Amino acid sequence: MIYAILRRLGQMLFVMFGISVLVFLIFFATPGADPAARIAGRNASPEVLEAVRHSFGFDRPLPVQYALMMKKIFITGDLTSFVNRGWKVVPAVLDAIPVTLSLVTGAAILWVVLSILIGLVAAAWRDTWIDRGLMALGLLGISMPVYWLGEVMNLLSQSRYHDTWLFSWVPPLGYKALSDDPKGWFLTLVIPWVTLAILYIGIYGRVLRAALIEAMQEDYIRTARAKGLSESRILLRHALRTSLIAFVTLFGLDFGALVGGSALLTEVVFGLQGIGKLTYDALQSLDLPMIMATVMYASMFVVIANAIVDMVYILLDPRVKTA
Amino acid sequence: MILSVRDLTVTFRTEEGPVRAIDGVSFDVAEGEILGVVGESGSGKTVSLLAVMGLITDPNATIGGSIRYRGKELVGLPARALRKLRGAEIAMIFQDPMTALTPVYTIGWQIAEQIRAHQKISARAAMDRAEELLAEVNFPNPREALSRYPHQLSGGMRQRAVIAMALSCNPALLVADEPTTALDVTVQAGILDLVRRLRDRHGSAVVFITHDMGVVSELADRVMVMYAGRIVEKGARSELFGDPLHPYTRALMGSIPPLTGTRPRRLPAIPGSPPSLLRLPQGCSFAPRCPVRFEACEARPALPAGARAAACFRVEEVQP
Repeated sequence: MIYAILRRLGQMLFVMFGISVLVFLIFFATPGADPAARIAGRNASPEVLEAVRHSFGFDRPLPVQYALMMKKIFITGDLTSFVNRGWKVVPAVLDAIPVTLSLVTGAAILWVVLSILIGLVAAAWRDTWIDRGLMALGLLGISMPVYWLGEVMNLLSQSRYHDTWLFSWVPPLGYKALSDDPKGWFLTLVIPWVTLAILYIGIYGRVLRAALIEAMQEDYIRTARAKGLSESRILLRHALRTSLIAFVTLFGLDFGALVGGSALLTEVVFGLQGIGKLTYDALQSLDLPMIMATVMYASMFVVIANAIVDMVYILLDPRVKTA
Repeated sequence: MILSVRDLTVTFRTEEGPVRAIDGVSFDVAEGEILGVVGESGSGKTVSLLAVMGLITDPNATIGGSIRYRGKELVGLPARALRKLRGAEIAMIFQDPMTALTPVYTIGWQIAEQIRAHQKISARAAMDRAEELLAEVNFPNPREALSRYPHQLSGGMRQRAVIAMALSCNPALLVADEPTTALDVTVQAGILDLVRRLRDRHGSAVVFITHDMGVVSELADRVMVMYAGRIVEKGARSELFGDPLHPYTRALMGSIPPLTGTRPRRLPAIPGSPPSLLRLPQGCSFAPRCPVRFEACEARPALPAGARAAACFRVEEVQP
């Protein structure tokens, strides 16, 4: 078990190393582009250009440049954005992480709980109007673009109906730190959570329903019936457990991607300064150091989320251990 | 009689019209006896016993007739009442042990689950009982086997675990649906021995479904031969094997390789294949493949009442 975890950690490091090399090569070794000019920004003076060139080691071979970059990101943390006039990149990323984590974790709890409920109910009452109704709702949730839904939510809760009893509790847009103001943190995030979760509730509910219905055709379900177990026990203990495997795979990928910046649209709509927003702004101004840092952090989250999924696999399915 | 089935019909609604998988099947099982049910794939042997277990969950199936367990009518019994019998008094062993156990739980957990579904005992006591059961079905190391997952056991061991589970509540009736088909010949012998010993020790009645005439000739007290959803011949084992009446039974016997004397270069096979249940012949279902058919076979032969009978017009002709 411990060996398996250590091996997984080793794999994680290897994958992250691969990603960092790839991203580095794309931005810093593309032929015909001068990374120093990019980093220094438009209309930079020759002195600034020279300082950049020296600081990033562009006068030295590529491996040294790579090592310098990694040192700036992970060890000294003093990677500086020239486009944004001396803004330190690493603290900016560290500030954005709690925002994105709060948004995505809350939404994830919401979507996991609700989609399991919906999947179970739809599978238990398969082909009845309950099932059809839930699946239609799910499809509706999937088809609503998150930026549109977010704007509608804002329209309702921030302006149109803000003064009614329904939405008077909604604070203005923006993020409040959990440590400063737990209640404010929660209240500002409720609507973003719901907005982000709706899409995934639809997808996960449908995926789980399909997996449950497939599992209910298995031979071991017939055995469970022959044992005299109740239908609810068969569904919850025998079918759900095996169906969660597909669910967890999907969850690992989506959660990692969202934490790594895919929640951009939600962040923009609700004025949250998260990783997605940071990456987006960096891409707009071609802020290479910032892009490098956010991509590295994003990949770290994707890799960690997948490693956690692998651990959960071992808990869910004993067959994985020996394989 | 522990089980009396009368005029059982199972009909499936399909896109091409209704399919009568079981057509008027009647039989009895006495306490402590082993009834062998033989037939080709699709002859309805499994479906008829699934109907007895109340395990036909297909919403397109309709079940008619009467199934009485110790005098209690099972057809139309509420699900909750049926569940109390299932696993406790009537247990079933399935064909493929590779898929019959839930892959994510240990053997011990799965046996204990069944015990606790029917008896009010502690989890620990249920586990102890599971260990006893595994010892009874000859697990070499029952204590250790409790914490094994199905994928860690061989097919024969899994089938033993399934049998241990079926026996966990001392069922009065055990339905075994081709429990040896998916296993090696050597493992098969062990499982058959186990079934016989359990009958002797606990006095459970056993209904043993198989398509293997050899297995039936070794194990069963009485035999019932099915073809295209009907019983074509029944009788005590010695009678049926000593003097098969129905041409189908005779053809099945002919396909058993002889143990002594010269072996034929090719085993005789029954020409043709079983009829589609969608397009059954008007008369005797076996007539198109029958070597001794005659005009009377245009009509459907009934299975005469009695312990020894065959549904064939030739029988009456030969044996008045």
